[in-house]
Amino acid sequence: MASTDAGVHSGVNGPTRASIPEKTLRTDRWWLAPLATFVVFVTFIIYSSWRAFSGDDYYASPYLSPFYSPCLTDSCVEGSSDFGTPFSWWQLSPALVILIFPLGFRFTCYYYRKAYYRAFWLSPPACAVAEPHSSYSGEAKFPLLLQNIHRYFWYAAVVVAVVLTFDAVLAFRDEHHEWGHMGLGTVLMWINVILIWLYTLSCHSCRNIVGGRLRHFSKHPVRYKLWTWVSRLNPYHAKFAWYSLFSVALVDLYVYLLATGVITDPRFF
Amino acid sequence: MSYRLKMRLWRGDRSGGELKDYQVEVSEGEVVLDAIHRVQATEAGDLAVRWNCKAGKCGSCSAEINGKPRLMCMCRLSDFEPEETITVTPMRSFPVIRDLVTDVSFNYEKAKQLPSFKPGPRDADGKRRMAQIDVERGQEFRKCIECFLCQNTCHVVRDHEENKPAFAGPRFFLRYAELDMHPLDTHDRVELAQGAAGLGMCNITKCCTEVCPEHIKITDNAIIPLKERVVDKKYDPLIWLGNKIGIRNKDNDGRTTA
Ligand code: SF4
Ligand code: SF4
Ligand code: FES
Ligand code: FES
Repeated sequence: MASTDAGVHSGVNGPTRASIPEKTLRTDRWWLAPLATFVVFVTFIIYSSWRAFSGDDYYASPYLSPFYSPCLTDSCVEGSSDFGTPFSWWQLSPALVILIFPLGFRFTCYYYRKAYYRAFWLSPPACAVAEPHSSYSGEAKFPLLLQNIHRYFWYAAVVVAVVLTFDAVLAFRDEHHEWGHMGLGTVLMWINVILIWLYTLSCHSCRNIVGGRLRHFSKHPVRYKLWTWVSRLNPYHAKFAWYSLFSVALVDLYVYLLATGVITDPRFF
Repeated sequence: MSYRLKMRLWRGDRSGGELKDYQVEVSEGEVVLDAIHRVQATEAGDLAVRWNCKAGKCGSCSAEINGKPRLMCMCRLSDFEPEETITVTPMRSFPVIRDLVTDVSFNYEKAKQLPSFKPGPRDADGKRRMAQIDVERGQEFRKCIECFLCQNTCHVVRDHEENKPAFAGPRFFLRYAELDMHPLDTHDRVELAQGAAGLGMCNITKCCTEVCPEHIKITDNAIIPLKERVVDKKYDPLIWLGNKIGIRNKDNDGRTTA
């Protein structure tokens, strides 16, 4: 953490400000939200790194873990590659080929940025609570300037969402790939893919691309309509960010437990 | 039902000050500003406090109540436990004048730096026209009462005095966004917002939105859309290419700078 005398020179303890020694006089539990965010994100990072690097137990026919979808390398277990293996030369875990896209999407997401700037970088830890850094330039300079590539990750995220939808359709098969079946895994995969779509479509870049960038709504009735739809989802973006994070991890865990034989999939038909 | 309220108020000026304890008789339906007025009427006749409408509309009574930036006239005593001590200080981002009153001229300087609305030529009949849905878009931004609570809470200047010259702040990003979305304005606001107004310094942590008494979604509806417009213009090669070969941007008619 940066120097502790930061505030003395510039911030709320600066020479022209009302002299109040406390960094904040807030009496509520303002530290709870950043702490919870920190704990959940760290847990997710540890869990997903373990699963992504392991390169194992990601397929329990007919279910493919979202961390490994699409599976594009030669090491993909039989039945898991629905889009061929263009990265046949890849030696590491197949998850590592594709995970950059959903991770990059979330890392540059306006909501996640807010969450980790607060919880990890304490800039600020909470509103009207002094931050510990002695200088600050926000996202104006490299490397944080790179946050501006978010919309490219959004394009990629749409592709990822299509692939996951495809996987969810494939989940209407049984373990021998016969169609017309359904199990608990199918339900979980559909819940996940719906949350992923809600997260992806409520994105701020999406809102700008479909119509937000226009100056004349009146001249673009179709895009205006799309913009109003996205605008209706957008206020819940943070919620979808959390829910879809949990659902992705949950589906992966479910597949892992099936693949390792810890549980069996309850089949409905 | 009335009770004795314990308060701690910041008393002092530029040369120094401290929190002082007061006790006043209040009743449940009252707001913090009522209690402050009672302190003025009883124990501290010289207590300085700025207020006007007592209805949440003039934006004068901004302060920090138990550390949270709020309007004193809209902060109900019933939000607190009767035995709780309520601490009121002036806004902590602006130079203090005396007691609860600060010098908010930083905001007026920033307002001056913002070029005003600049419409193009009138229609043939001497009128200007705008479609209803385009008018509606900016309505939210016009609810601003200029209380400057957002400016006060924004950590970019709250925690870094040295950023003040280069940063316009959330209240003015609202104005930039409103004008940039305005179909009749001809000034290019995106360059200005990114350059002179320091939009890039905002890290979208949303404290401005959290404290806005008018519940304007400053970050979601003004700042992020502006950031996206900067990306459109500066960092999106697809759009850049489109502009080069003459497609896209049919929407920009009447806007002078590229
Ligand atoms: S969202 Fe940006 S402008 Fe608003 S308080 Fe945070 S840093 Fe300041
Ligand atoms: S945007 Fe909201 S918080 Fe900021 S000055 Fe206007 S009313 Fe006050
Ligand atoms: S995904 Fe969160 S803003 Fe784009
Ligand atoms: S006195 Fe006018 S807003 Fe509080």
